[in-house]
Amino acid sequence: MTSFRFVVSVMPKEAILDPQGRAVEQSLPHLGVTTASGVRVGRRVELTLEAAGETEARETVERLAHELFSNPLIETASVELVDATSSIATDGRP
Amino acid sequence: MTARIGVVVFPGSNCDADTLAAFRLAGAEAIPLWHEQATLEGASGVVLPGGFAYGDYLRAGVIARFSPVMRAVVGFAAEGGLILGICNGFQVLAEAGLVPGALLRNVTLRFAGRWVAIAPERLDTPFTRALDGRRPLLMPVAHGEGRYHADPATLAALAARDQVLFRYVHADGTTAEPDDPANPNGSIGGIAGVMNERGNVAGLMPHPERAAEAILGSADGMGIVRSFVDAVGASVAATGPLIVAGAR
Repeated sequence: MTSFRFVVSVMPKEAILDPQGRAVEQSLPHLGVTTASGVRVGRRVELTLEAAGETEARETVERLAHELFSNPLIETASVELVDATSSIATDGRP
Repeated sequence: MTARIGVVVFPGSNCDADTLAAFRLAGAEAIPLWHEQATLEGASGVVLPGGFAYGDYLRAGVIARFSPVMRAVVGFAAEGGLILGICNGFQVLAEAGLVPGALLRNVTLRFAGRWVAIAPERLDTPFTRALDGRRPLLMPVAHGEGRYHADPATLAALAARDQVLFRYVHADGTTAEPDDPANPNGSIGGIAGVMNERGNVAGLMPHPERAAEAILGSADGMGIVRSFVDAVGASVAATGPLIVAGAR
């Protein structure tokens, strides 16, 4: 088995008003930044999955990303594999 | 026939006691249903109450959607069982796909805890049948994520099938559009409540159970509570309790 570390990025869809992003953007001049635009606030979920292969691991994470981590009506989710560690190479440690 | 109505209790539900009390006041046999149980204990109607199920973590309503009791609720909905979601309960129904659309962070980014006026669009549903006309109903909202959203195609379908149940309104009954202070969260079209296409599942953000007696400041919510109790009673009288193996 291999441990796969994934990062799932969830963002509000472009067409959806993001009042959080707007509020953050409006605060930027208070930090002296007047040249920023298009601020949007999303969510990042990290998880490790034990699986025989990357395809199987990715399928599971994609399912979680679209059924639980995001609501497809209002958000997009992208899945990125950031690390893979064979459990044999780590002496069976998780 | 006495309507047996189950009120689901999730960890973090906080309107369950008020909801049980309001439905008992309307003559129902109201029973709590714990989120870990897989049956509805013979209930012929189900109410998902307000609160902050599972701390509203991730998105309001999403973790509750995957609880054991919700499997039974989804099965009950498919059978045509009558289901009402109030506030957080509406969020759970939307996340479960039992009603169309989604509920987003209030456009103000503030928790909206105040009185609002809503008006029913229809009086011929299990959720509005006991209301005395289309006059505005005064009841509280208490939510941070109540901005109703649906894409243009869904909104068109809702309009075509008369699935919008309630809108935020002014005293004269005119709709409070998203940028109007009478609309507490920026909901598109002033939508405060919707139902599914079949007409057996509905959700709304305002709290009828908190406006169930004059001493609470308004008894306008009682019309919605009574509608549901009447409709559940009528469905039982017409068909007998729905019995599905394993579903309760």
